[in-house]
Amino acid sequence: MIVAAAGSDAAAAFIEVGAVALVLAALARLAGHFGFTAIPLYLVAGLAVGEGGLFPLDVSHDFIQLVAEIGVLLLLLTLGLEYSASELQHGLRSGWLGGVVDAVANFSPGFAVGLALGWTAAAAVLLGGVSWVSSSGIISKVLSDLDRLGNRETPSILNLLVIEDLAMAVFLPVASALVIGRAVGATAVTIAVALAAVSLIMVLALRFGDRLSAILNTGGDEALLLAVFGLTLVVGGLAQKVEVSAAIGAFLVGLALSGPVQQRAGALVAPLRDLFAAVFFVFFSFQIDPATLLDALAPAALLSVIAAGTKIATGSFVARQAGVGSSGRRRAGTTLVARGEFSIVIASLGAPLSNGTDLGAVAAGFVLITAVAGPLLTRAADRLPLPATE
Amino acid sequence: MPAIEETLLPGVGVRHEFTTAAGERLALLTHRTGRRELAVYDRNDPDTCRTVLHLDADDTKTLGELLGLSQVSETIRETQRLEGVAIDWVTVPDGSHFATSTIGEGEFRTRTGASIVAIVRGDTTIPAPGPDVRFQSGDVAVAIGTPSGLELLRTLLAS
Repeated sequence: MIVAAAGSDAAAAFIEVGAVALVLAALARLAGHFGFTAIPLYLVAGLAVGEGGLFPLDVSHDFIQLVAEIGVLLLLLTLGLEYSASELQHGLRSGWLGGVVDAVANFSPGFAVGLALGWTAAAAVLLGGVSWVSSSGIISKVLSDLDRLGNRETPSILNLLVIEDLAMAVFLPVASALVIGRAVGATAVTIAVALAAVSLIMVLALRFGDRLSAILNTGGDEALLLAVFGLTLVVGGLAQKVEVSAAIGAFLVGLALSGPVQQRAGALVAPLRDLFAAVFFVFFSFQIDPATLLDALAPAALLSVIAAGTKIATGSFVARQAGVGSSGRRRAGTTLVARGEFSIVIASLGAPLSNGTDLGAVAAGFVLITAVAGPLLTRAADRLPLPATE
Repeated sequence: MPAIEETLLPGVGVRHEFTTAAGERLALLTHRTGRRELAVYDRNDPDTCRTVLHLDADDTKTLGELLGLSQVSETIRETQRLEGVAIDWVTVPDGSHFATSTIGEGEFRTRTGASIVAIVRGDTTIPAPGPDVRFQSGDVAVAIGTPSGLELLRTLLAS
């Protein structure tokens, strides 16, 4: 009896999930055709099948949520896999000043808009994070599509992305602690514990990463995929247990892997990440009522304009430091406007907050606007006349 | 050789740049995946690339080989450009008088003025053969001499 019921449930779920996956496939093709990222389209698809949407799904919420959270871990794992320890050290040394300017200039708009909307401090801090971090996924794709990898401003852009990603290793645990929302003293203790844990994992990752990589590299592809997947979930889970965000645990696993295994793991995990991350983006906007999004559109548009301006200024600043001319500075600034996966990850942390749904809606609108406008702006940057002031 | 500048591109790979003798700025981007990009910088905006060539692992090998090969053929052309000196490949045909004689017995240098510097036999090469090396039919003699001397050698070996 129970088996039969479960069977028919499963059949319905297969059909629904399969249909959504097919729609996403079509959207990914469309995005590929026009040469931009599919993330905004996934968010729109999530709205359509979500609560109050056009075709609400009735698949188990818990199931999708688990898949979505694995998606976040894999996103962060592959981000960690992008960089080697030497690149991080080099990036930090040569770009710390740009990193500080970036943090101050781009955290402030989100934080200010959050406070102006009358949100709690924790929600405003999260919106600050949303407006701070550029999307390394979108930006590296744009740079390679527009043949700008050889350009003189490109190392400054990439270094800034490295620093932002590293800064997240500190920001995410702090934000998670704020979301839990204990008294000031208890929150301070939580943050201290979290940062200590992050430092410990990072030291372990950098010191024993080579040995771990050497051990993993001896197995076949299947064994490696399972080992990396398992390690990511275990470290992510342990990090979550000590109230550091699980995402950072996954990021540090990615950092720990180096050498040939880093590339092999990157290639193996990429398709898995695409699958799970698509579910994450859909699930994120799945929880947003389209009506809320309409209300959030005005603040999201305002934040997009301000935060685009501050990113353009930041990009010109780091490019100028590298001795790049005015048109290169403009390219650097406009490239950085795109926000994406990380902003959504940060906003999703705020779900338990009282302003959580509003935060999600503003973040979704903000990412929708900047992820589309950023690549368009930077494509146009070459055709704009030179500003008279420079 | 011009100075080569190296820049790390985090998450992408590494970039090497140099300025050519003609003043063009060239960059070679090596992706971690082994893919390469060859870029020429714009003269008006030195921060941007005018042309970018995308090369996969095979293309890189082909291009590398071409650049290497052209150096080899250039050296050969240089030798040929020496005043009055030519290099030629002469086959020893079946039924030639010399198909079984040694280089010394043939007295080729005395008769033609051309020197046999190598013999190509099937897949092997005998470089700088001595006077006691014996020809076989089908051998290819590589000889250096005046054009007329080489012509004489060709008729001699065919007789």
